[in-house]
Amino acid sequence: MQEEVIFAGFGGQGVLFAGQLLAYTAMDEGKHVTWIPSYGPEMRGGTANCTVVVSDEPIGSPLVSRPSIAVVFNNPSMIKYRDQVKPGGLLVVNISIVEATTRREDITILNIPATETANALGETRLTNMILMGAMLAARPVVSVETLRQTIIERLPKRRQDLLALNLEAITKGVELAQAQLVARA
Amino acid sequence: MTVQLLKGNVAIAEAAVRAGLEAYFGYPITPQTELLEHLSARMVELGRVFVQAESEVAAINMVYGAACTGVRTMTSSSSPGVSLMQEGLSYIAASEVPCVVVDMMRGGPGLGNIQPSQADYFQVTRSAGHGDYHPIVLAPASVQEAIDLTFLAFDLADQYRHVVLLVGDGLIGQMMEPAEMPEMRPIRPRPDWAITGAKGRSKHVITSINLTAEENEAANRRIQARLAVIRAREQRSVEHYIEGAKVLVIGFGTSGRVAQSAVKMAREAGIPVGLFRPVTLWPFPEDRLRALVDDGVEAIVVVEMNAGQMLEDVRLVVGREMPIALHSRLGGAVPLPEDILEDIVAVAQKLGLAGPETVR
Repeated sequence: MQEEVIFAGFGGQGVLFAGQLLAYTAMDEGKHVTWIPSYGPEMRGGTANCTVVVSDEPIGSPLVSRPSIAVVFNNPSMIKYRDQVKPGGLLVVNISIVEATTRREDITILNIPATETANALGETRLTNMILMGAMLAARPVVSVETLRQTIIERLPKRRQDLLALNLEAITKGVELAQAQLVARA
Repeated sequence: MTVQLLKGNVAIAEAAVRAGLEAYFGYPITPQTELLEHLSARMVELGRVFVQAESEVAAINMVYGAACTGVRTMTSSSSPGVSLMQEGLSYIAASEVPCVVVDMMRGGPGLGNIQPSQADYFQVTRSAGHGDYHPIVLAPASVQEAIDLTFLAFDLADQYRHVVLLVGDGLIGQMMEPAEMPEMRPIRPRPDWAITGAKGRSKHVITSINLTAEENEAANRRIQARLAVIRAREQRSVEHYIEGAKVLVIGFGTSGRVAQSAVKMAREAGIPVGLFRPVTLWPFPEDRLRALVDDGVEAIVVVEMNAGQMLEDVRLVVGREMPIALHSRLGGAVPLPEDILEDIVAVAQKLGLAGPETVR
């Protein structure tokens, strides 16, 4: 098993952290994992992305031309990555703010109102956790249960007040994805 | 030891601390600044020396001074900064004092960019400054190897009283991977040659100046004799899928790691291809490469993030007859496994080792 995941969005949307959390969780499951950020010169409000490769075997290239999963947090990321996802792959779209669409029928597409749902939970920064839950519901790169444990163990002390909200956001993401997947089945 | 998720730059910094680094001098530059940032907190916390110098020129000369006093010392930078350090490196090498220098290369020439590059292979392997010598050069391809080679770098620097360069790029420096960090080692005693104040003993002289040709030739002969020992003893390399390989892919650091994915794909398609990844760039692992070539390699694919600099070292080992294809990316671009695979297939097809329909 090897999965290559690209998380992409605006700086400040928790894109890099989502990738790191996936990397920590994969490590906690004893898997091989690499996390690499885009670190080119960017302006404030510009795009940020990271690539996470999770594998049962040692990982060669930490960069991929065609990821198996793309999680796009904003419109520019949707435009950049919608055609790059491998056939048979998964595209998770933050439909709250993404306007661009795709006609691809060879991949699974989840349209998740992540920013709206995060705002409804009272914390817009939960967008990343909602998208992460949705991704894992469709494609168990790691188990949701390990993800919960990893958050519980690794959330910094000064952020413990956000623990319950983070876990709730993941559950919301899972539910939103499952509803779409069931509707299609 | 427990497995932690570590960023390459931070891992090297912490490994240096645990290898007994007593004095760090540096100047920030992307893509290695996290290294300096980590040390700015850790060294102070441990009561050791951390100085953010006013320039790379100052930093390397502070390293020179510290090295003369016999402490484990290092600096870190990236391509343009390492260019500024050339004079100091040469003085350190001539003075035969140990130091470790990390060079996280970026796209050049000039200010270039901050993307991953291997364009300074010649700069690091051929001399590092003026004069007639090679530094020892180590090239990790993963966070774990970066940690292990940091420890090795300090040991080799001490053992040979020589400059050791640990070279990577932004991809190694910025990447996070699970890795194990060895326990803290005690600070080693000062070597007996160190400048520590001559009270009660005869004076030590450490200098890079030898005014007569006779003196300077003798000093050069001494350095060359030591380099000959290093060349004989310290060649290191890693191999993957090497059994029965007729096509040999050669790449170091990031290129070697990316090429490993391509070699795996080619093997799955039935092509007898293996990967040879030099870990020491100087001394180049010529003995092992020669043995592999004598063992039935029919063609070579060199993968580099430069215009084919290591290829020259490969050519010196394998001779004029061996076919060598070059997969080269320049200026901060990183090769992708699929593109390297195309080159491997093309070479294999020429040798009749792969059919026209191999791989897609």
